[in-house]
Amino acid sequence: MSRYTAITDADREAMLAAIGVDSVEDLFAAIPADLRLDRPLDLPDGQPEQAVYAHLRDLAARNVSAEDEITFLGGGMYDHYVPALIDMLMSRSEFLTPYTPYQPEVSQGGLQVMFEYQTAISELTALPVANASVYEGPSALASAGYLAKLAHPGKGRFVVSAGVHPHARETLRTYAHGFGVEVVEVPLRDGVTDPDAWAAAIDDDTAAVFVANPNFYGAVEDVAALTAAKGGAVAVASYDPIALGILVPPGECGVDVCVGEGQPLGNRLDFGGPSFGFFAATEAYLRRMPGRIAGETVDVEGRRGFVLTLQTREQHIRREKATSNICTAQALNALGGVVYLAWLGRRGIVELGELLLQRTHYAREALCAIDGVEPWHTQPVIREFAVTLPAPVEEVVERCAAEGVNPGLALPEENALLVAITEQRSRADIDRLADVLSRAVVREAVTA
Amino acid sequence: MSADTLTIFEKGAPGRRAFACPELDVPQVDGLLPDRFRRAEGPRLPEVSEPEIVRHYVRLSKRNFDLDSGFYPLGSCTMKHNPRLHERVAALPGHARLHPFQHPRRAQGALELMWNLERALGEISGLPHVSLQPSAGSHGELAGVLLARAYHEDRGQTRTKVLTPDTAHGTNPATVTMAGLEVVKVATRGDGGVDLDDLRAKATDDVACLMLTNPNTLGVFDSEIAQIAEIVHDAGAILYYDGANLNAIMGITRPGDMGFDIVHFNLHKSFTQPHGGGGPGSGPIAVSDRMSPYLMNPRIVRRDDGTFDLDEHGYEKSIGRLRGFQGNYGCFVRAYAYIRSLGAAGLRDASETAVLNANYLLARLGDVAEHLPLAFGRLCMHEFVLSGAPMKRELGIRTLDLAKRLLDHGYHPPTVYFPLLVDEALLIEPTETETRETLDAFADAVKAILEEARADPEVARTAPHTTPVRRLDEAGAAKHPVIRQALD
Repeated sequence: MSRYTAITDADREAMLAAIGVDSVEDLFAAIPADLRLDRPLDLPDGQPEQAVYAHLRDLAARNVSAEDEITFLGGGMYDHYVPALIDMLMSRSEFLTPYTPYQPEVSQGGLQVMFEYQTAISELTALPVANASVYEGPSALASAGYLAKLAHPGKGRFVVSAGVHPHARETLRTYAHGFGVEVVEVPLRDGVTDPDAWAAAIDDDTAAVFVANPNFYGAVEDVAALTAAKGGAVAVASYDPIALGILVPPGECGVDVCVGEGQPLGNRLDFGGPSFGFFAATEAYLRRMPGRIAGETVDVEGRRGFVLTLQTREQHIRREKATSNICTAQALNALGGVVYLAWLGRRGIVELGELLLQRTHYAREALCAIDGVEPWHTQPVIREFAVTLPAPVEEVVERCAAEGVNPGLALPEENALLVAITEQRSRADIDRLADVLSRAVVREAVTA
Repeated sequence: MSADTLTIFEKGAPGRRAFACPELDVPQVDGLLPDRFRRAEGPRLPEVSEPEIVRHYVRLSKRNFDLDSGFYPLGSCTMKHNPRLHERVAALPGHARLHPFQHPRRAQGALELMWNLERALGEISGLPHVSLQPSAGSHGELAGVLLARAYHEDRGQTRTKVLTPDTAHGTNPATVTMAGLEVVKVATRGDGGVDLDDLRAKATDDVACLMLTNPNTLGVFDSEIAQIAEIVHDAGAILYYDGANLNAIMGITRPGDMGFDIVHFNLHKSFTQPHGGGGPGSGPIAVSDRMSPYLMNPRIVRRDDGTFDLDEHGYEKSIGRLRGFQGNYGCFVRAYAYIRSLGAAGLRDASETAVLNANYLLARLGDVAEHLPLAFGRLCMHEFVLSGAPMKRELGIRTLDLAKRLLDHGYHPPTVYFPLLVDEALLIEPTETETRETLDAFADAVKAILEEARADPEVARTAPHTTPVRRLDEAGAAKHPVIRQALD
């Protein structure tokens, strides 16, 4: 009997008799003998719980996590504080262990969470419709591309800003190669999308345009100006949700589809996942949305209830004509997202945005005060910024890390450092970063 | 309106809050964000206290049925027990607070874990090259179809068709369209297997691949898989294995040995990642040697000195990325813990027991076979399909009614109305982690419902009667969609 099964020898005997076969082997008679594995799988022997725990703990100990160093790493995922109540709620059996709410009468909790989540995302983005989650940020952007392709089947071109996260641009290219759309990239000028190159790149064949705000380098883009040049294309924007307490929302900037990485909203770093992607749009695209959508309704007694709705978009109904192939999404992570937004609250999300704005400015000034450190761009920033270094960035990062400060993401092509701020990085932490970085820069400059 | 159905947006009061913002500890500077970029009015998020949030969501949770509370034989979803050890180890800060851009030198434990998981999945599938990147089964399918496409393109061939049996999961045809290819359906024979004549006729030189689940969604293992593979390969096409039903065969037979070139795993099915109410999942793929040059980057590599690294250009003809970072690492931790707990013998025992449990439940439901006959064959693998057509005809209740009445008995119903080619289908997958007593009780409940229907079908037709809400107006919800809370 393996760890999680419960069939005793006596059970097995009785069960085989009921089935009418002599052995478990007989149940596999349909598998031809020459296809059977004639040896045990070559895997380590099974171990008791405490031994597996110890092994996984040892592996964890060989990672340097945000628990172990002062980290300024960002670039799409951020070390925000995850309140304890989220851990508690996400680990409740009732949320953790069911599947997609196919039986709404016994899934009202999960369905109402989806409805609340959709409301929160709609509020954040100022777009009227949101789905119940997609996988994560970059594939959400690529899925928006598929929406645009289905909306404009005759068009063959996507225009994407170089400010969009590199993983999202790559993912878009992978998807677009599949459904047959060419991807054209527009460069940045002083850290933001070059408006002239952008306008020049968009033509009648353009199905969608893609921009990120703040962009990968932390710069706030003039999204309204960029979408004004979209012509007949679907305007897709990827937003950092934590900035939307203070940043003019995409729904007020001419954006048709807003997507983004939900991790900053109460989800763990988890070395990149699972988190969730959010997906919101104007009313016009409601029936082209990918994924699950919860809707409000009533039961036979007139009581308020929630169901999965508009399912005729989805793969289990429409099959090859579906708006997306997505089935399992990120419901549990989206729960973390909506609980986080309720915890931050109407005032908190603004206060947090203001705090990040001020601390990020302080950090940028402090680093640029170091001899030879220059802003990579001079645009407004909210929670992240890039600086160029007078010494090789990867070596500088190593020196800082050795002192317990992870100074940010090395961008070797620009010899720049991308520095992210969260509410967990205090002024004292920033001062320490400036100190460690200034010494590392000097030493590396000497070495070089 | 009942307090239980008020949303979080309908609770609270202006000024109420849970979050205490850290103090501004740097000099305040005005005008950092130009006015034209500044939001005039913040998002209307809830204004609630922490105790209100906790009570709200705990009360909501109690309006869910879940696997920890009861039997959940949802076919093709493999609702097996979710060990709590996995939650504990995934929450260790070394895993949970590890930044995905951490330098590989400082993420050696994570990369070793992923490397080991890749090797284990390669061994279980018989296909040695693994990418953990896809986020769920359908994402793995997209990876697989794009891989098949890239393979043919690399040989200068334009192949535009993908064959799928009519029993396939809906994700298969939806994926094919997303990948820019065309679906061609292959017929299923009376015994549940692929119709070889139809396959031969359709396996033309413009076919990129065949997507197959084996055992298929009818719970039938296709014994002619070797011939299927031969036909597909002779046509120059790729054979793709949908791993949704892997739970039937771990350690017993392997997709690679059957002739498949690509397989996707559902770590949230066979490997215990909790289903989370609809995710997260994880859908790694494993491929044969000839498919490996096209796998997604980055690739995890092991250096000669035994250290691990991420190579952004590790696969030279890569189809590219399918998402950000390295995949759903938290799911990898859980799946890896599961594989280390069970080992080879445990995984094989899990599959054997899953098949034993399914056949036992099928045998126990033999009592009602007159009204709920098995759709195909005599035995099954890890799941089986019953048809409710005779029940509907003779007792006047539909499969939907039976499902809803099961809710009153404290069970999550099986998958209903899938696969599509079985009239009034019920797809039942008990999994290996259930006791014999549970299977007996479930069979008794089905029997009791049918007996009740013979006397008074109205009870089932109007079920459920004991759930937090009763049947909901789904047509009305779709006709006049209300998909967010209206706020003042």
